[in-house]
Amino acid sequence: MEACGSSSVSLREFGCEQSLLSRPDGSASFTQGDTSVLAAVYGPAEVKVSKEIYDRATLEVLIQPKVGLPGVRERSQEQCVRETCEASLLLTLHPRSSLTLILQVIHDAGSLLSCCLNAACMALMDAGLPMSCLFCGVTCAIDTDGQIITDPTAAQEKESRALMTFAVDSKDRKVLMSLTKGSFSVHESRAMSAICFRSTIRWFFFRFYLHITDISYF
Amino acid sequence: TTTTTHVSEAEKVGEVLLPGDEFCFQTDDTISLTDPGRPEKVVCGPGLRRSGDRLLVCKSGVLRHKQPNMFWMDSQQRRYVPAKGETVIGIVTVKSGDVFKVDFGGSEQASLSYLAFEGRPRGTVGDLVFSQFIIANKDMEPELVCMDSSGRANGMGVFGGGGLLFIVSLGLVRRLLAPHSEVLADLQQLFPCELVLGMNGRLWVRSSSIQQTLVIANLLQSCDTMTAQQRQQLFRRVAQGAL
Repeated sequence: MEACGSSSVSLREFGCEQSLLSRPDGSASFTQGDTSVLAAVYGPAEVKVSKEIYDRATLEVLIQPKVGLPGVRERSQEQCVRETCEASLLLTLHPRSSLTLILQVIHDAGSLLSCCLNAACMALMDAGLPMSCLFCGVTCAIDTDGQIITDPTAAQEKESRALMTFAVDSKDRKVLMSLTKGSFSVHESRAMSAICFRSTIRWFFFRFYLHITDISYF
Repeated sequence: TTTTTHVSEAEKVGEVLLPGDEFCFQTDDTISLTDPGRPEKVVCGPGLRRSGDRLLVCKSGVLRHKQPNMFWMDSQQRRYVPAKGETVIGIVTVKSGDVFKVDFGGSEQASLSYLAFEGRPRGTVGDLVFSQFIIANKDMEPELVCMDSSGRANGMGVFGGGGLLFIVSLGLVRRLLAPHSEVLADLQQLFPCELVLGMNGRLWVRSSSIQQTLVIANLLQSCDTMTAQQRQQLFRRVAQGAL
């Protein structure tokens, strides 16, 4: 099923579709404007003895770019997504198993990491993995005038002075992960995080998640 | 600042809940020695975890309640996690020593001892076996048996000639196994068939001809995501087409 959110002043139009692939245990596609990411989850499945952890599940994240082989940039994005997922999944319920999360970039038009985080969260929910909270990703940028833009496009990202991506959890509205690029003052960073936590963004994304789940349980 | 909402559990039954939602019970932690009444005991099923006197939701789904005090989350899933007492269809992968290794679709293979059959264990690599979990927790290797507590087979054991094994979601199997199942009632009006339901999402069907077997398998796989009306329409169309 598909649902589209209406565009507000600061967010591009976003949409999500779950259970679209037949082989993985959970899958979701998330679109923010023109940026689109497809996520698939396999697990809890068998794990190689070299990678198994005795008391919790081994989470592996793979980000495949649209063109070419994954490089260093994808590895650093994978680390961000993996740390966010490990903070919200209850990994101790499946010791000595593996969870694999594969993210395929369909199109990158800005705010790629936050789109990956949102797609990952929807896919983990679709797979029915036990989680302690949901999370969502938000990107914001400061342009040359000092204006803060949320959910920037690729052109806005290129011209920006600083770029920040946050992963926020749904229960306590705390930051799970933040990735920053560029130079900005302490005051600006506080303003950016406050804007990211604005109730409209929180409300949009999490109410949206609720709406999505509502559709699948008629 | 965090705000915790203390919502009573009765209001939430039947609602869609997400991981991170919680509700608490207004029960006392102390048990009175002089009071003849029993303290309220709540049973948490799958999808719910207890933390102190609060219940945390850990899977998204609909909250269900069964009298007098059982709560669980009704969620959709494709991957099976073994639980004690559930009957599953497994495939024998290794026959060694005095134990079979059975693949049931979980994160590791289960072991099935030769002594856990009613008569002689008859099975080779590749056979289907219908059995029940006797040990299934996150810390130990799962173990299966093909007999119940009194030592009788009770329908379990090696089977499979002439039928078709296919995979559906766990939610559909639970709907088929529920008492007074509508899906099963609709299916019984179509063709006579033999159906084995494994709670790991594997179903096996055998009917009087190969074509009917394939029709039933396709119907069950497709009615996973349909509403009741769509399903009944589909079954009616197939019944008319077959005659």
